[in-house]
Amino acid sequence: MSESGLVMYEEEFKQIDAELLKLHQLANAKVTFLVDKNGQLITSVGETQNLDTTSLASLTAGNIAATGGMARLLGEKEFSILFHEGERDNIHISLIGSRVILVVVFDQRSSLGLVRLRVKKSAESLFQMFEKILQKVEGEGGKKAVRESPFLEITDEDIENLFD
Amino acid sequence: MSFINYSAREINCKIVYYGPGLCGKTTNLLYIYKKTNPESKGKMISLATETERTLFFDFLPLSLGNIKGFKVRFHLYTVPGQVFYDASRKLILRGVDGVVFVADSQIERMEANIESMENLRKNLKEQGFNLDTMPFTIQYNKRDLSNVVPVEEMNRVLNTRNLPCYEAVAPNGKGVFETLKEIAKLVILEIKKNT
Repeated sequence: MSESGLVMYEEEFKQIDAELLKLHQLANAKVTFLVDKNGQLITSVGETQNLDTTSLASLTAGNIAATGGMARLLGEKEFSILFHEGERDNIHISLIGSRVILVVVFDQRSSLGLVRLRVKKSAESLFQMFEKILQKVEGEGGKKAVRESPFLEITDEDIENLFD
Repeated sequence: MSFINYSAREINCKIVYYGPGLCGKTTNLLYIYKKTNPESKGKMISLATETERTLFFDFLPLSLGNIKGFKVRFHLYTVPGQVFYDASRKLILRGVDGVVFVADSQIERMEANIESMENLRKNLKEQGFNLDTMPFTIQYNKRDLSNVVPVEEMNRVLNTRNLPCYEAVAPNGKGVFETLKEIAKLVILEIKKNT
């Protein structure tokens, strides 16, 4: 397989959530979230009640993937920042390392300059956190995870029950 | 690849429906969407052309239930079938956990099926996956039409792994959930194997 699945434990999840909340507040954002490059939402903060974050996550990943494809056609490795401007809301999308996408939705309460600045500051911390998680998944930590995995005992019956 | 979140107690998996243009990938998803309880599904997103041909992908998030206290979520995607959308197809295969190949059973589409299957194999390989070992299911769609190829013949040409295959008529749901169930099962067993 090209890459291993993402596994996240309580401890790292809390750290990431805290960093995301900090960014969210400092950037005066409306919604801030992290998405796996494969389109799965990792976590979100802000005004998410009336927002379909699952779909937004999938489309964000599609967007990054398509832009990445364009970049390679132009001989670039990737375009690491995307920005979409709307009448009310704007969306700032940036890559954190090779696996994670950071999305900040903001309105007139903030500005592109502020968002860019805050994203840049948080990106480094988030990058370090995800590096650690990936090392844990792929390295020795992964072995520890094996022992604790609840999925070893999945039975055919468990799977059948999903469809009842 | 699957995303296991111990904090939120969730497993997320990605399943991609692949196959030649107009074989019924989107119709499969539409039927699943129509027949699933509102609380188990999210919004279905279709990035389609004005003539409703898939341009980039369709997306349907499904939450099936719990296993060992973990909520199991499947993200279903389709790819655009037309040959010239190959760049998009490659992108959607990224991080896939399981693939459903939807074949068009009509005699005149056999060549398109074969071409699409070869394209799938090649694109998966580019992403580091092997079609011969990963979770994979085949569906023979449009079995209600009169000009269909016998299942044995389709198996001989397309089903080289000799996997269970499903005969389907996607618009009325025949075979749709059977196919989904099979691929979901294979994906979960693969996660089990890898943990």
